[in-house]
Amino acid sequence: MHRFKFVLYRPVQLIPVLIGISIVTFGLVHTIPGDPARLLLGAKATPDAIAAIHAKYGLDQPIPIQYLRFMENLLQGEFGMSIIYRAPVLSVALDRIAPTLFLLIYAVILAVLLAVLLGSLAAAKRGRPTDQAIRLFSTIGLGLPAFWLGIVLIMLFSIRFGWFPVSGYGDDFLDRLHHLFLPAFTVALATAPILTRNLRASLIAESQADYVSAARAKGLPRHVIFFHHIFRNSLIPTINLLGVNVGWLIGGTVVVEAVFSVPGLGSLLVSSIFARDYLVVQAVTLVLALGVIATNFAVDIVTVALDPRIEP
Amino acid sequence: MSVLGAAIHRRLHHRLGAPSTLFYIGAGLCLFWIVVAIAAPWIAPYDPIAQDLRATLEPPNARHLLGTDNFGRDILSRIIWGTRLDLQMGVFGVLFPFLIGTTIGVVSGYVGGFVDVLLMRLLDVTISFPFFVLIIAIVAVLGPGLMSFYIALALVGWVSYARLVRSRVIVLKHADFVLAARSLGFSGPRIAFRHILPNAIMPAIVFSVSDAVLDIVLGSSLSYLGLGIQPPTPEWGLMIAEGQTFIATAWWMTTFPGLAIMLLATGFSLLADGFAEKLGLRE
Amino acid sequence: MALLEVADLSVEFATPAGALRAVDRVSFDLAEGEVLGIVGESGSGKTVACRSILHLLPGARARIAGGRAMFERRDLLTLPERELRHLRGSRLAMIFQNPSTHLDPLMTVGRQVAEPLIYHRGLSAREARRAAIELLARVGIPDPGHNVDAHPHRFSGGMRQRAMIAAAIACEPRLLIADEPTTALDVTVQAQILRLLLDLRDRTGLSIILITHDLGIVAATCDHVAVMYAGRIMEQASKAELLRRPLHPYTRGLIRSRPTAAARGRELPSIEGQLPPLADPPPGCRFHPRCAHAEPRCETGMPLPEPATPTHATACIRWREVMAQA
Repeated sequence: MHRFKFVLYRPVQLIPVLIGISIVTFGLVHTIPGDPARLLLGAKATPDAIAAIHAKYGLDQPIPIQYLRFMENLLQGEFGMSIIYRAPVLSVALDRIAPTLFLLIYAVILAVLLAVLLGSLAAAKRGRPTDQAIRLFSTIGLGLPAFWLGIVLIMLFSIRFGWFPVSGYGDDFLDRLHHLFLPAFTVALATAPILTRNLRASLIAESQADYVSAARAKGLPRHVIFFHHIFRNSLIPTINLLGVNVGWLIGGTVVVEAVFSVPGLGSLLVSSIFARDYLVVQAVTLVLALGVIATNFAVDIVTVALDPRIEP
Repeated sequence: MSVLGAAIHRRLHHRLGAPSTLFYIGAGLCLFWIVVAIAAPWIAPYDPIAQDLRATLEPPNARHLLGTDNFGRDILSRIIWGTRLDLQMGVFGVLFPFLIGTTIGVVSGYVGGFVDVLLMRLLDVTISFPFFVLIIAIVAVLGPGLMSFYIALALVGWVSYARLVRSRVIVLKHADFVLAARSLGFSGPRIAFRHILPNAIMPAIVFSVSDAVLDIVLGSSLSYLGLGIQPPTPEWGLMIAEGQTFIATAWWMTTFPGLAIMLLATGFSLLADGFAEKLGLRE
Repeated sequence: MALLEVADLSVEFATPAGALRAVDRVSFDLAEGEVLGIVGESGSGKTVACRSILHLLPGARARIAGGRAMFERRDLLTLPERELRHLRGSRLAMIFQNPSTHLDPLMTVGRQVAEPLIYHRGLSAREARRAAIELLARVGIPDPGHNVDAHPHRFSGGMRQRAMIAAAIACEPRLLIADEPTTALDVTVQAQILRLLLDLRDRTGLSIILITHDLGIVAATCDHVAVMYAGRIMEQASKAELLRRPLHPYTRGLIRSRPTAAARGRELPSIEGQLPPLADPPPGCRFHPRCAHAEPRCETGMPLPEPATPTHATACIRWREVMAQA
């Protein structure tokens, strides 16, 4: 079990990156042109009120001191107040995590299913029309804007056929599966091309590996050779690729949430930008960055669990 | 830059055998859009922002080949003019990250030591943010618009180029021709940029073509969200956003601009594929 | 009655330039409990010939162009893949040159040894694991109860080859094809692995085809030997006869170019030239361009091994003159 010791010390190694992330998110709000107090209070604020805000948030202090204060608050889970929701930013953001998480996991599952299906098919029919068609799909898919894809799917499956709702989040689990199918499918379609290509390439490479010859020499059935040997070996690079692309996936959900009005972090981000609710923008950015780090950590653990050769 | 250009030219000629059919289709698509962008004033049948309230939401017909929008503006003309912006987002969106990224990659890889550690930490921090979320956040701070988009891309997009170039530079640093150049007494920057860089830059150039696809999609997504190009300027993402209200009645408002993005992006994708395949950088 | 009778086996590879004959009318017999060595340089077709018997060639490019391979009254070459699959790993088994790449890195060694038992004998995973422990013990893996659950990267090269052998003999096959089984291993381990193979032969009556380029290994292990060159068999005899009285100039060259203690300090003789390209083989005897005894009639015809004595066949049409000169 010592191979998993890194689970304990990796968080410590991540500290510099976490500090970097906090500096960037801090800097984000502090580069906004104009006085934050004026943004907070509006154009008609009195000088007294502005001074009060300055004192309250420490805006009259030097930047490094302000950063230290920001960090101190951060570590206490204190992100400030949202000017729109009139509530602590953290609780506003946390309320929106669930839909985004649901959508992301849903999308990943659909994307992996798609990639496994198409990648295996392409590898099996290598060089034949099916393979070419799948290759064309993945080339075109890379350049498909997720928001447009979402709208096209709405036109087809919500308006024309009426199979899925146009927007919303749903009430219970099954209802959510139904409501979020189109958004998740949109994100999955935007993610599947990269995964499909990668999986196809590694399936082809692995099926030429020596251990496959050995498995054939043992007279194992074809499906056993494929699922127990080739597929398992091919999956590891694909899972890693998924980890690398999780940031891209989150970016996709932000736009797709806007298209389908899913009440998640993405639509919160966009609406807060227009409302100039910068502390919320800051918090959402930070939460999503932490999500990326946590995902990469999880992918590392899964990789070590799947591949006995890795000694982190 | 001329040394660099010559080196790239040589390599392309030397290593590109006969490119595949798909490569030519990609090149043809890109060329098509470049011609459309240049010739927009002559080939667009209508003024892209002229409203005609007697001809609103017309489906595709003989006078308006791709129909009209809710202000009676001609979709075809708007798509033709929009080409200029979307193509530009692909090209300029890549330019600054490419220049910054390759420079950082060369410096980081060649100088090494503390500089390398520092720059790589910066890279680690940058890639910890979801790419698009950070772009959105920076654009939000700077204010909507094309300039903000380019600045945001420059701040975030350099990482891929830096990584690609750095890894090549580290390998090439110990190559024989570099040792030879060093024994001739050439300066460090000269060796790094005139001897190593031309040999390290090919993967970055190939990546930049597929990166253009990404930037076109990102730029139009920003406009769709209202953070990019502002109305009434014709831009494809913005046109899709404007059409979304009418999807139940006027499918042409969203469908055609989306197809335009797809065809432009596919052109670049095929081009990138062709390059990568010929240079043996993929699979 | 021979266990395996291979007659006129030919294998072709499709190339852009046309069909390339990698194995040309190869014939040999193998008796129960016999060890047959197939000797040749890399590219001589020895591996392709043996793999084609098991249908283990890359299907899209390789094609069996003719011949028979009778095993237990069935022709392996025309057997449908489904039936052949039931023979592979149960009646016929194969081990390979590089045990490191021929073991699946993600699967435990025990499971890989157990696989043939599960899919040929229908054993449950638990039963097969127990059998795998026994097999690992039989091939000399220390602490089999523990190592059964280890992954291949934990094993040394010799242990990996032992594990491959354990998987190969799991279903008690009649024939084992060993393709350069010791080439990738240390010299001390080589001897252990060869001894293990002979030991298995002695105990179970297993027949072995040993593919090798090393005449030393042939001398130490084989009963019979076939020498291959450029896709053809050049000479075939019992080991003792072939080493004592080689009839083919190529075999003589091979034997001479072996380093021996007696020849220490002198320059090692070698065969001039290199293997001819299979896409464009020389006419007549394929060895004649490199042969010191070649004369014009060696460039015509297609000499195949013919018996010089009842137990010794050679493809050289001038073997009498060659012998006389020696």
